[in-house]
This record gives sequence, C-alpha cells and structure tokens, in this order.
Amino acid sequence: MTLDQINAHGDALYDAFLARRPVPPLLARVPDITIVDAYRIQERFVARRLAAGETIVGKKIGATSRPVQELLGVFQPDFGMLTSAMVHVDGDTVDLSRLIQPKAEAELAFVLKDDLKGPGVTAMDVIHATDHVRPCFEIVDSRITDWAIKIQDTVADNASCGVYVLGEAKGDPRRLDITLAGMVVEKNGEVAATGVGAAVQGSPANAVAWLANTLGELGIPFKAGEVILSGSQSALIPVVDGDELVCTVGGLGSCRVRFSGKAAA
Amino acid sequence: MSTSITLSREDVVRLTERVEGAQKRAVAIPKLTEEYPGMTLADSYAVQNELRQRYLAQGHRLVGWKAGLTSKAKMRQMGVDVPSIGFLTDRMARPENSAITLSDLVHPRVECEVAFVMKADLKGPGCTSADVLAATGYVLPAIEIIDSRFHGFKFDLESVVADNSSSARFVGGGRARYADDLDLRTLGVVLEKNGEIAAMGASAAVLGHPAEAIAMLVNILAELGESLPAGSFVMSGGITEAIPVKAGDHVIARFQELGSVGARFVA
Repeated sequence: MTLDQINAHGDALYDAFLARRPVPPLLARVPDITIVDAYRIQERFVARRLAAGETIVGKKIGATSRPVQELLGVFQPDFGMLTSAMVHVDGDTVDLSRLIQPKAEAELAFVLKDDLKGPGVTAMDVIHATDHVRPCFEIVDSRITDWAIKIQDTVADNASCGVYVLGEAKGDPRRLDITLAGMVVEKNGEVAATGVGAAVQGSPANAVAWLANTLGELGIPFKAGEVILSGSQSALIPVVDGDELVCTVGGLGSCRVRFSGKAAA
Repeated sequence: MSTSITLSREDVVRLTERVEGAQKRAVAIPKLTEEYPGMTLADSYAVQNELRQRYLAQGHRLVGWKAGLTSKAKMRQMGVDVPSIGFLTDRMARPENSAITLSDLVHPRVECEVAFVMKADLKGPGCTSADVLAATGYVLPAIEIIDSRFHGFKFDLESVVADNSSSARFVGGGRARYADDLDLRTLGVVLEKNGEIAAMGASAAVLGHPAEAIAMLVNILAELGESLPAGSFVMSGGITEAIPVKAGDHVIARFQELGSVGARFVA
C-alpha cells in the first residue's frame, strides 16, 4: 500500500472513532492488505489521537487465545497502543456513549520496572522486568461494522481497544502463580465467566515476551512504567447501561467497573 | 426433591438390574424414560439407592459422594435448580498416575474437580456452605471419569440420576490443603490431554463456590434419609466441560495451590 492509502485508512478509522460511526471491514475493500500494512494504518490512527493531545501509556496484546485466533484466522497475537484517554481506575463508571459496540474482557495487567528490549526476550525476562501485576478489564470496541473483523481489520483498528480499567490490587509475579491463577468474572453479582492465566498463550508472561520481541523487531520502545494488558482470560461479556462487572484473580484481588449510557451501535 | 416415587418396587428392581448390567458389562442402553416416560426424580433416586444397596451387599465400600450438573449452564439445560448426586465406592477409585482401563467403560470423559474430605458429620436439611467449610478436613484436586450408560451420552435428568449420575471412576491426588488456607472460589485449573490444553476454568464455575455444591449435596442426601459421615470423600462437580478420552491418552489437571493430578488410559 502507498503511504497515501495507509494514511487514508488510518484517518478513516480515526474519523469513525470520533464520530462513533463504524466503517466496513478493510479486507472487503483492500483484499490484498497485509498485516504489516495494517500495523502502519494503526500507527496513523494512533498518531491522529496523539496529535489531538493523548499520550501513550502502554500496550495491549490481543488475539491471545486459540478460539479468538481461529475466529481471526491467525496463529499469533496482535498488539495495540494504550493511550491516556483510555485510562480508568478501579470502581469507575465507564460511559458507554463514548463507544460504538463495546464488550468487556478480564485480564492480567503487567507494570514494568525495567525496559524490555527484544528480540530474544523470554518469559523469565518478563517476570524479572515486572514490577507488579494487577487485575483489569479491557473494554474492547470495534470501529469496524458489526465486529466483522479479520486480523488485518483489528490490527489497523488499534487491536480493537476501547478503554481499560486498572484494578488497585497489586501482585508480585514471583509470589503469584500467574499461569494457574483463576479468573472469576461476575456480572451483576452472578458468575458470568471463569478462566485462568494459561488461557493466554500458555501463560500471560509468554504473551508479554512475544510483545517485547515483536516491538523489538519494529523498533518500538517498551519502557519501564508502561501498562501491558496481557490478553483476555475470559469470554467477551456484553455490557449495557447499569451493568456492574467484578473480576477476581485468585491470590491477587479484584477490579470493579460500572457502565452507564448507551453505546452508538 | 419436589417429586414422589411413582414406580412399583418391582419396577425399581427391574430398572436397577438394567443399570447394574449396563455398568458391569459396559454396554449402552436406551434411556430409562423411554419405557417409563412418567418417571420422577424421586423414582430415579430410588433406583440409585437400590443400586448402592446391591453394590454394598456385594462387598463394595461406600467412600463418598459426588455432585454433578453443577454449572449454571448445565442446570438450565436440564431444567433443574439443584445439582444431581451420585455415590462413590472403593471399586471406582484409581490411584494417581495409574493406567486406567477403558474396556470396562462405555464412553468415558474426564472432568477436573475440587474434592473435599470431611472431618465431621454433616446432615441436612438447611446445610450451608459455611457448615461445609467448618466440617471439611482438607481439600484436594481430583479427576472424575464419568461414563453414561445411555446411547450416545444422551440422557435426561431422570435417566442419568438412576445411572448414579454417570459416576464411573475417580482419581484423587495432588496436594492436600486446608480449606482455610485457600480461596476456594478463585482456584484456576487447566486440564491437559496429551500435553495440550483441553479445558480451563476457575472453581467459581461450580455454583459460584464448590462448597455450595457440597451443601446442596448434603441437603439432597437429607431428602434421601442419608447424611454425610466424617471421612467421606466428596467431589464438588466439574469446573470445566467433560473431555472424551481413549486408550493411549494421558490427562493431567493442574490446579492453582493444589498441585496436579493425572492419569493415563489403556484399552
């Protein structure tokens, strides 16, 4: 794809994000679009958000579970950028009217104390460089009509990131078994989903190592203090006005979020 | 059970003999409700009770109980609001990491569960999860090998309860722990078959808390005129979906805080 085409698609996604009006799948319009093209479109989409005053605060890893990979037709994860406008804290109410077609998923967030520079990063390096982990929700959203996404669509669309909610509980991955820690998601007081760390690439640390290596190849920095959402451990949970979700990670603690308003789609 | 026994004593004995024959010869039979469409849940437990008495008379030892249909999804699917229960005998027990013969089973599947060993007697009705935890000596991880003696693993609640709630084999192992030292609601579990992850979940998948399933089991026992004595081994219900196994397969269930328990299967 030419730079003009890349920019046009990135701008279209940014406009869709601003107007909360989704666009048709990229793959339907550009059948030969590659994943590399898609990351360049993502770069443009995110650059527009940064130009509007947002800053990068971390990364998210997506497509980490086998069912999602099969759905997208890939056998590797993807990543997107977390920006300052996406940040929510434990107990916040997320305004759904800012989003198009949101769904929630429960994850483990990593906060680094050292830079991680790939290639060559292993899961052991990730544990070594991690300050702490926290329970969190990612509220994914798609700027693509009806979530009709393949891997190129979601990558271009900043890995379908909407907003995220970081739990206050902090855990030390040298004390907590992040691979076998259970994840329980309750919606309005009833268990809605359960999962476990191993659902993410065998262990969330594997997903973070993958990200460090991928970013290393692309020359994108991965800095101490950044928040990394390591990938969903639960099924996608639809949310509407008035819903409350709590996720609890065994041996770590909980993260709580409420929802108000009505999403665009 | 909000139902009463409708079958005659002769019919209960007939059905018990049919189930016992299917269990011992490992053959699939039609659902019992095909011949007795009016069968109630109370009838089913009358058959299960008769089956237990026959096995005990043959020298089998009752070691405990299991709860089945403990996920909200399964209960909704079966149209019930309580789990089913089944009895466990010494003949169903298999050692950890042993080779389990499959030729004497029909279509076995494995589930991983949190098992409880009781240190005090429990008696319903009105048993709560707090009562269960107070009476629990320790918990340990377990694999249950379920087997339906009905064609194609297709059954209704009445038939499956009469078939001892699909109980077949079980393996306890891993690391025993005091329940007080753990959050029994959030234990993560990974079930691997032949080195690949086959199913995953956390213990809250069982009625929100595994002790809740044991409390319901004790209350069902009360309706059957039974109690749960100290020393009983009780399985609280599958955390994950059941995974089919065949000869040559190896399964291992890895639990947060409880270690792992495994078994392999031979023809």
